[in-house]
Amino acid sequence: MEIKPAGKYIYPDIELDREEGQIIEDLKTNSQESISDPDQWLDEELEQNILLTSVDALINWSRRSSLWTAICFPACCAFEMIAANGPRFDLARFGMEILRASPRQADLMITAGTLTWKMAPNVRRIYNQMAEPKWVIAMGACAISGGIFASASYAVVPGYNRIIPVDVYVPGCPPRPEALIYGIQMLQKKIARRKNIDVRRLLKR
Amino acid sequence: MTVSLSGKEVALKIEGEFPGSLVESSQENLVVKSDHLLDAARFLKETDGLDFDYLNFVTAVDYYDHFEVSYMLSSLEHNHCLTVKTRCYDRENPVLPSVVGLWQGADFQEREIYDLFGITFEGHPNLKRIFLWAGFEGHPLRKDFI
Repeated sequence: MEIKPAGKYIYPDIELDREEGQIIEDLKTNSQESISDPDQWLDEELEQNILLTSVDALINWSRRSSLWTAICFPACCAFEMIAANGPRFDLARFGMEILRASPRQADLMITAGTLTWKMAPNVRRIYNQMAEPKWVIAMGACAISGGIFASASYAVVPGYNRIIPVDVYVPGCPPRPEALIYGIQMLQKKIARRKNIDVRRLLKR
Repeated sequence: MTVSLSGKEVALKIEGEFPGSLVESSQENLVVKSDHLLDAARFLKETDGLDFDYLNFVTAVDYYDHFEVSYMLSSLEHNHCLTVKTRCYDRENPVLPSVVGLWQGADFQEREIYDLFGITFEGHPNLKRIFLWAGFEGHPLRKDFI
């Protein structure tokens, strides 16, 4: 017996799904190795600048004092993140109480939660949409290595560093807000060390 | 409180309408042959006194030699419910009729079963993967998936 559908259906084209599937497959194939710490491969010329430290200090101070966070919280670590933003732990003390809905206004991505391969292209898109300079904190076991899903799951990315470069790793399942705040302070120290001005190029002019 | 109907009593009614359509029935549920599933489902939905107008869920189980798909039905009018099962013995290319035409709530859940068990639902208007991406190999909730 043939039974007709009760209503009209509006569905996207199957070609779009295949395209999405191909993007995921390509990303998975090209993401089998972890991306190393950005300090090891960022522009070496910048690191050799030693003269204009006062400018560096100024730039780094302004950057690290108002880290704005892009909203990318796929799972349960988000609640510790929210607790850290609340009045008890008060992340506003470090100038980063604002969570930006648009990644174009953010400097920092706190990856609070498990990432599946289906979601991975979207996370990389959010990262690519953030303006330079930008930093990433991997929060929690899932973000560091895939956590409890690392060895068994067919669908979970084993660590955000397959997708995007990570600056600071905060362990825990989930980490306490204190741990996250300590990780943010480590990131601020890391930003404070950063060299921004290419002196040799300036002298050539 | 929702009353759970006896599978044996409902089985008598179905057997009277469609002889030979049942595999077995018990106090808790009844098992329909897969080629009579649509007839039985329509009978359950449209018969006065049964009126199973609401599908709570569809799910599937892998028993190694066959798949068993369970339909939990409820009647909002009479406040009673019933579990109907059907079996599918073909492991390579399991096919069952889709009940989306009767209960639209089955749409996403049949897609989920198709995604994770690989059971094809004939007559489904949009049968494609729902959790995993197109191009993923295998069906993860099958017992032999590793």
